[in-house]
Amino acid sequence: MTKWYRENAPITADKLADELMRLKRGSVTRRHFLGVTGLGLATAVLARQPGLFNSAAFAGDLGTQMSIATWPNYHDPATFEAFTAATGVAVEVNVFGSNEEMLAKLQAGGTGWDLFVPTNYTISTYVKLGLIDELDMSKLPNYDASTETARFTNEGIVEGKTYAVPKNWGTTGIAVNSNKIKAPVTSWKEFFDVAITEADGRAMVHDYQLTTIGNALVALGYSFNSIKPDELVKAEELLIRVKPHLYAINSDYQPSMRATDAWMTMCWTNDGAQLNRDMPEIQFVLGKDGGEIWSDFYAIPKSAANKAAGYALLNYLMTPENAVKEHIANGAPTTDSRVLKLLPAEVTSNKIVYPDEAALTPLEFGAAVTLTDPGRAELMARFKSA
Amino acid sequence: MQAAMNTKRNLVTAALVAPAAAWLCVFLVLPFIAMLIFAFGERAPEGGYQAAFTFAQFANLPTRAAAFWNTLVLAPVGALLCLLVAYPVAYYLAVKANPRYRLILVSLVVVPFWTSLLVRTYAWMYILGSRGIPNLLAMIGIEDVRMLNTPGAVLLGIVYGYLPLMIMPIYVSLEKLDRRLLEASADLGGRPVSTFFGVTLPLSLPGVMTGVALVTILLLGEYLIPQLLGGGKVFFIGNALVDLFLQSRNWPFGSAIAVTLVAVVVVVLMVAMRIAWKVAGTRQVDLV
Repeated sequence: MTKWYRENAPITADKLADELMRLKRGSVTRRHFLGVTGLGLATAVLARQPGLFNSAAFAGDLGTQMSIATWPNYHDPATFEAFTAATGVAVEVNVFGSNEEMLAKLQAGGTGWDLFVPTNYTISTYVKLGLIDELDMSKLPNYDASTETARFTNEGIVEGKTYAVPKNWGTTGIAVNSNKIKAPVTSWKEFFDVAITEADGRAMVHDYQLTTIGNALVALGYSFNSIKPDELVKAEELLIRVKPHLYAINSDYQPSMRATDAWMTMCWTNDGAQLNRDMPEIQFVLGKDGGEIWSDFYAIPKSAANKAAGYALLNYLMTPENAVKEHIANGAPTTDSRVLKLLPAEVTSNKIVYPDEAALTPLEFGAAVTLTDPGRAELMARFKSA
Repeated sequence: MQAAMNTKRNLVTAALVAPAAAWLCVFLVLPFIAMLIFAFGERAPEGGYQAAFTFAQFANLPTRAAAFWNTLVLAPVGALLCLLVAYPVAYYLAVKANPRYRLILVSLVVVPFWTSLLVRTYAWMYILGSRGIPNLLAMIGIEDVRMLNTPGAVLLGIVYGYLPLMIMPIYVSLEKLDRRLLEASADLGGRPVSTFFGVTLPLSLPGVMTGVALVTILLLGEYLIPQLLGGGKVFFIGNALVDLFLQSRNWPFGSAIAVTLVAVVVVVLMVAMRIAWKVAGTRQVDLV
């Protein structure tokens, strides 16, 4: 049958509709469909033009579904719908609360993720444990390393090989409901002071050792990344003293802040921007005594079931026109100057998303050892069970 | 002849037991053995498990004493609260309710199971959150009531979530109750209260015991309700386990805690059941 079509191309309209229905029913593969209808060739020609239909996305059979592991409130749902409409691949989204949780799932195996969103300090560990592959940059024609900010992208490169490409960067600051809290909160020291006084029973810390312990260390004047036992002891004392006054230990703080159950929380840039957009009384401040600056990446697990679709979605997300919509929805700052140019002025002038360089100076990038240090993990567990 | 019948009966028994036995072996016994092996191992530098033989994980158990304590206190307290709420409901369903509507009423008890416990517990987050009941209380002048993320909220969630599991066994044991015994008690001058404590309650004890055991065992492994309604501050052993496997990736220590929890549960339940059956047994003897 296929041979008949090859000999009698071009295809008639009836037959095209017929083949389309067969494809929709799943009777034939997309490859077969593209082959018999000549659309594959047409797409290949069109793909020379940069845009939606590119050779990488349609080079192979992408299957019908894929899965991505990411953070809460981190994508524009329309992005995945548009990707599905363009490629026929449905995207299953798995949401996580911490990098440790993602690492634990990948270490245990059998996740089925084809793409995931690790943070800068985890990448060297993933590489060391052999959990992610070097990216095949030929499958990501829409990524342009020359337009990226090296400060945010270099941790995706291990020993000269690119294992991950950046999604966005951000900071870990403090979200404060200014209707409820009148005391100034401009540093992590003040965060913990206010948490036991004016915000008694109304403050939240992350269910994540890296930021909760890190910010407690900063409040005491130590490094965000400290793993020195004597400094960790001090941080533990502070956290355990504050614990009875906390509203909750939870990384999903948006619902509580929106309901004004909580008045103050440790907060990532993108959540801060989203909260402030909907409730202007919630302000986002960076600790003047320090804190975290980070970048999130896209990487493809070695165990991915549908790598072709993983690359296709990644390439789709790296297209500036698509990335812009993502950034407008999630509120985190971009690492890509092509995207920055396309963003509306009210986004790029938003000081929550693009703070002054001076405010970023005291911030530190998380270190790989900060994530994997067993002492910090145990400290967090003692804090939570105290 | 007799021997042949016995062989046949044995074969039938074996065939009936085999699926459950295979299931238990693959999904309970083998994982438990793996857990035992892990419990004597070490955490690999980046997390996970590496082979070793050490008692270090068990020596580390006191660091989770608070979680054990919370669990061992809140599980029985939760089960007893469940019992206090469930018994009158079961009594009404089995004894007082109009038999015509009884089936409908009993199925209403099961209806909540049609929705996931996760969703129902989430609903409680909004009911107890400051835009829920505290907001209503504020309207009548009772300000600043904090309900969510307290041990009380966790207990409430527990009672709510596990109530049907307590009602059902008590209902079944009360339904079998021989009414003539109640009449006999009344004939012999027993007032309703003494009839209840002398006849009804002792005869329903097997159902009560089943319910308490069922709820307590499930509560000892509870994770979801403390996580959602306790705000991560009310920490059960289940939460400690989730953290060890999913956050700090300390499989050996997690395994040691899990093994210890199983041991504690077995001992506690054996002692509790022994005492309970003894009490129930003597009461029943008194009746005869």
